[in-house]
Amino acid sequence: MTLTNPYEIFQVGDHAITVAFGNEIDAHINGLVINFFDELKANPIPCVVDLIPAYASLTIVYDIVSIWQVQQQRSASEWIKADVLNRLSHLTDAYRPAGSLKRIPVCYAPSLAPDLDYVASTHQLTTNEVITLHTAHVYRVYMLGFLPGFPYLATVHPKIATPRKAQPRKLVPAGSVGIAGEQTGIYALPSPGGWQLIGQTPVQMFKPDGEQPVALSPGDQVQFYSISLQEFNHLKA
Amino acid sequence: MSLRIIRKGLLDTIQDGGRFGFQHLGINPGGVSDPVAHYVANALVGNVAGEPVLEMHYPAPQIQFLTDCMIAISGANFTPLLNDTDVENDCTILIKAGSILRFAGQVWGVCACLAVRGGFAVKPWLASKSTNLKAGAGGFAGRALLTGDVLPFANSLPNHLGGKSGAGSWRANVSALYNRGNIRCVAGAEYDLLTPAARQNLDRGSFAITGRSDRMGYQLEGPPLSVQVDTSLISTGVTGGTIQLLPNGRLIVLMADHQTTGGYPRIAHVIRADLPSLAQKRAGEAVQFEFVDIATAEQALLIQHRHLLQLKNACNFRLAAAFGN
Repeated sequence: MTLTNPYEIFQVGDHAITVAFGNEIDAHINGLVINFFDELKANPIPCVVDLIPAYASLTIVYDIVSIWQVQQQRSASEWIKADVLNRLSHLTDAYRPAGSLKRIPVCYAPSLAPDLDYVASTHQLTTNEVITLHTAHVYRVYMLGFLPGFPYLATVHPKIATPRKAQPRKLVPAGSVGIAGEQTGIYALPSPGGWQLIGQTPVQMFKPDGEQPVALSPGDQVQFYSISLQEFNHLKA
Repeated sequence: MSLRIIRKGLLDTIQDGGRFGFQHLGINPGGVSDPVAHYVANALVGNVAGEPVLEMHYPAPQIQFLTDCMIAISGANFTPLLNDTDVENDCTILIKAGSILRFAGQVWGVCACLAVRGGFAVKPWLASKSTNLKAGAGGFAGRALLTGDVLPFANSLPNHLGGKSGAGSWRANVSALYNRGNIRCVAGAEYDLLTPAARQNLDRGSFAITGRSDRMGYQLEGPPLSVQVDTSLISTGVTGGTIQLLPNGRLIVLMADHQTTGGYPRIAHVIRADLPSLAQKRAGEAVQFEFVDIATAEQALLIQHRHLLQLKNACNFRLAAAFGN
């Protein structure tokens, strides 16, 4: 099955192009993005230095100077685009099964969940109902971005989808689990941030010295499970 | 073989050409803010391109060299003084053990690169020696240098200095490597969303770099800009030089420590060849943009690249003539 999904290619400055398959949070479209990402990882385009998969697009960063060293017939941009178009013509719509399921413990205790009450009251729910809805669903890792190892997970139940805070916090602790619209995510590192914080995981999501510095990959599945403050402290220790 | 930070500067970090290949994990490339200064500083001491350098901001650090060595400083001019005697940027400088380098004033620019012949001995993290401050990894202990830190040299090149000290009698001419005119950019994916008035303001208006500018991004203040339709975008990949329109109508240009993805309209992108020139503009300085096409942008980088290669050849020739290595 060849690619039937429409796509658009546009320049991102003079040294990157983006292939956009849409502008929405959709598992099928994200599957295409990750298919294409996997293909370009397995069979790299020469002179490409980085690949940035996002919700519905893949950005391809290339080194203009290296391309000139390979060929001078065409501009670097035209040369890359020709290769990308060729790869796209071999891409298929084939459904890509989601990656491995990772279960991540989250403590929803008030001391670690400063916005849980707000999210609950906004939707006329109890905090327990919010926790039940947040943990019931298996989320997809659509992309990583914003911070090293920060996973964008979607989609949360509409009953708990909540816009970002109007005024971002100056410092969000590492491990904080937040909601922004229909997305949920984990602050892998301490950072300023505007997501509604409903819990915290004791799991270190980003380990710079580890063999795999980032715990999750695009396409993985994640399910949260609720733990007590005691278990949180035990796991954190 | 090392140097010691006697008094730390505002932000002194080890940087190289950047950490590529990990943006899919949210790990941004980082690297030097001014790749031209990085290249020139390394060329002046005979290093291979890409060796890590000490990137300094103003106030800059006070440094004591614990061994004889050869250094060069390029980029911002912070009025370097070696043992209280003027030395210049863009020169090869021979240093006697015990000498003290300090900086007396910010004359031009924002960031200066200090290269030492043979490079700095820091461990690579994910294939790069750049400091990623957010991740607390790479460079020197994953952080900015502090007073008392001793930064070891790698000594990857021979150093036959013959007990000489002071600056070389020649100076690299870098003036043509920086663009003192309009900062050139190419249109971004959301350029067409701008109102006609906003397009005119972007093309002809003058923008000032605000104090809220750092290695992550430079915020600009200028004539009002707005989009015709309030489209909400989902996050996509961004890159160094991307100009995003913030909800408050201000522009932010993404610099070396930029995030990997963003969700604000990408109205334009500064071309690679002009990013060093923009990086060296201080808060309060004016920026005017000029739109060019991709072919012009690539050509500008090619010219800059050839110029740098020539400069490196000239440096190698001078170094060989002066020191026989």
